[in-house]
Amino acid sequence: MTSTTPLPRWADVTLLPLLNLAVALGVAALVVAAVGQDPLQVLTLMVQGAFGTPRGLSYSLYYATTFIFTGLAVAVAAQGGLFNIGGEGQAMMGGLAAGLVALWLAPSLPAVVMLPLMLLASIAGGAAWAAVPAYLQAYRGSHVVITTIMFNFIAGTLLVYLLVNHLKAPGNMSVESAAFAPSAHLPAMHEALAWIGIEWPSSPLNVSLLLAIAACFVVYAYLWRTRAGYRLRAVGASPTAAEYAGITPERQVMISMALSGALAGLVGMNEIAGVNGKLLLDFVSGAGFTGIAVALMGRSHPVGIVLSSVLFGALFQGGAEVTFELPGFTRDMVVAVQGFIVLFSGAMAYVLAPYLAAALGMILQGPVAMGAKEASRG
Amino acid sequence: MDDVLIGSLVASSLRVSAPLILCALASVLAERSGVIDLGLEGKMLFAAFAAGAAGVASGSTTLALLAGCGVSVLLSWLHGFACVSHRGDQVISGMAINIIASGLTAVLAVAWFHQGGQTPPLASEVRLHELFPSLSSALRTIPYIGPVLGEGVFGHNVLVYVGLLLVPAIWWLLYRTRFGLRLRAVGENPHMVDAAGVSVQRLRYAALSINGVLCGLAGSYLVLAQSPSFSPNMTAGRGYMALAAMIFGNWRPVPALWACLLFGFLDAVAIRLQGARLPVVGEIPVQAIQALPYVLTVILLAGVMGRAIAPQALGRPYLKER
Repeated sequence: MTSTTPLPRWADVTLLPLLNLAVALGVAALVVAAVGQDPLQVLTLMVQGAFGTPRGLSYSLYYATTFIFTGLAVAVAAQGGLFNIGGEGQAMMGGLAAGLVALWLAPSLPAVVMLPLMLLASIAGGAAWAAVPAYLQAYRGSHVVITTIMFNFIAGTLLVYLLVNHLKAPGNMSVESAAFAPSAHLPAMHEALAWIGIEWPSSPLNVSLLLAIAACFVVYAYLWRTRAGYRLRAVGASPTAAEYAGITPERQVMISMALSGALAGLVGMNEIAGVNGKLLLDFVSGAGFTGIAVALMGRSHPVGIVLSSVLFGALFQGGAEVTFELPGFTRDMVVAVQGFIVLFSGAMAYVLAPYLAAALGMILQGPVAMGAKEASRG
Repeated sequence: MDDVLIGSLVASSLRVSAPLILCALASVLAERSGVIDLGLEGKMLFAAFAAGAAGVASGSTTLALLAGCGVSVLLSWLHGFACVSHRGDQVISGMAINIIASGLTAVLAVAWFHQGGQTPPLASEVRLHELFPSLSSALRTIPYIGPVLGEGVFGHNVLVYVGLLLVPAIWWLLYRTRFGLRLRAVGENPHMVDAAGVSVQRLRYAALSINGVLCGLAGSYLVLAQSPSFSPNMTAGRGYMALAAMIFGNWRPVPALWACLLFGFLDAVAIRLQGARLPVVGEIPVQAIQALPYVLTVILLAGVMGRAIAPQALGRPYLKER
């Protein structure tokens, strides 16, 4: 993902991503029109559904919480020069670990002890599941992309096995564990807001949103404000140069993947501790892959990731609302939009850059055009 | 174990393996030319949808196959446009194809057929049937080896045999033709190929085109032979399993075939072992056998048994010097 754009920096970080997003949404609008719906009507319904009511807004932010975690996970790995496709499996293991701890200890421990324990468990579960592919990448030379894909499937089958054979509550038809004791329940946002006297409609949104925002600050501070973070980004930019500077690339691979897995594992706090209150099968349901789109759109930076997570949260919530309103529209459209964004903001991110540079050069003349010439010469 | 059981085991192993073989061959071609192809899953899914939709609409097997392969080749070219022409990230482009296919096929299926994302079942005359029905039933009467030969080996539709025959064909293409030599060279050292005056881009596009046809056949197989109709996400990870088989086969067609057959056999066994108790080990969870292909691939990649060696220039976009 190295940039060789002839663009000035401000345009590279603002204009180009917006242009790519516009192209992706434009293609999505064409698809919507092609299946016989009115794109404008769909857009209006989506915005209304996602932001129009406090309830809709809460749902959008609830989805966004999960996407912040998986987006940060992809971003931290990307800053370390790695592509972590395993967010899906790491999130499953984070949730599984939190769930196991809750099933085991929640009946005998108060929430003050229980919730931090679940937090640690989800971090440990995700980090451990990412550490194996990281080790194989760092010390055995097997590519992390392939091994994390394999680990997604292994995590999936492990979860099915444990739920079907060991954790399923007796007499229950659906494949899910017994409900956790109340102390393992992360407060919902409307409960938390009620404590300080604000009335808010009930929704799956819970206090893990605050955890997600905290995670953004931690990631920003670590990557851009500490020496350790600098080492990680140095390896991401150029492993050989970093090695000459005395940094061990292998160790940075381990650190960035473990951090990445830990962030993905935090999905367990939102979905398992916050919303479901029990272990079940499909609590990640593709969020790990959405994280790829989120990180690509957000340029692997916490600010960008929060913005694109809210966009994706709104797409998911709005998409669900549109499905109610318009017969023949399915929420899978949102998945397609996600794919278009990965394509245009990720794989084809720099296809439009030369044209944008030419357009900018025509409008601005002078410094931009000069910069463009120098960049293309170098 | 009796001969009937072995016969049906062989038969179902081959049935499951067939799309894996086609897809694994597709990824051998792409990766040997230096292009990572994670989009196998998406291409297969879109091809399955196109074949299903065209089969329902036209009632013709040929048109269904053409639609399946056509869509898949277009997606391959999209991959090429992003990664070969514009030097985009190959892994990201492949993931994009998978996500787009997973969403778009469901959207189109709902819009066109109004059946919750499925296509109507394909008519029997569109579907692929046993290639040698009379030979198969004649062979079945032979004692001992009858069921294995009749049901297991000769009881399949044409695409199964096409898949098997394509293995030597692709081997020949890769190792015995000038095109194959160049294709392998472009995956190892594109600069050398360029210096020899051969177009790197054209070779990679050629590899991706054949790759698209093979993925298209694999996807069409799913609706024309395996399931009665298209349903959302019906590929269920087969593309990734084919990728695993290709790596397991060390980026070579014939070993990849054995890996596909092994994975197919494991799948066939997993269904039969459900709840069965084995001596010594006791009951084996089905999920353990289902996860085995992925676990084995990780172990292989870890270098514990043998060494997986990828093409040198794999995943690196080639920038022609001026």
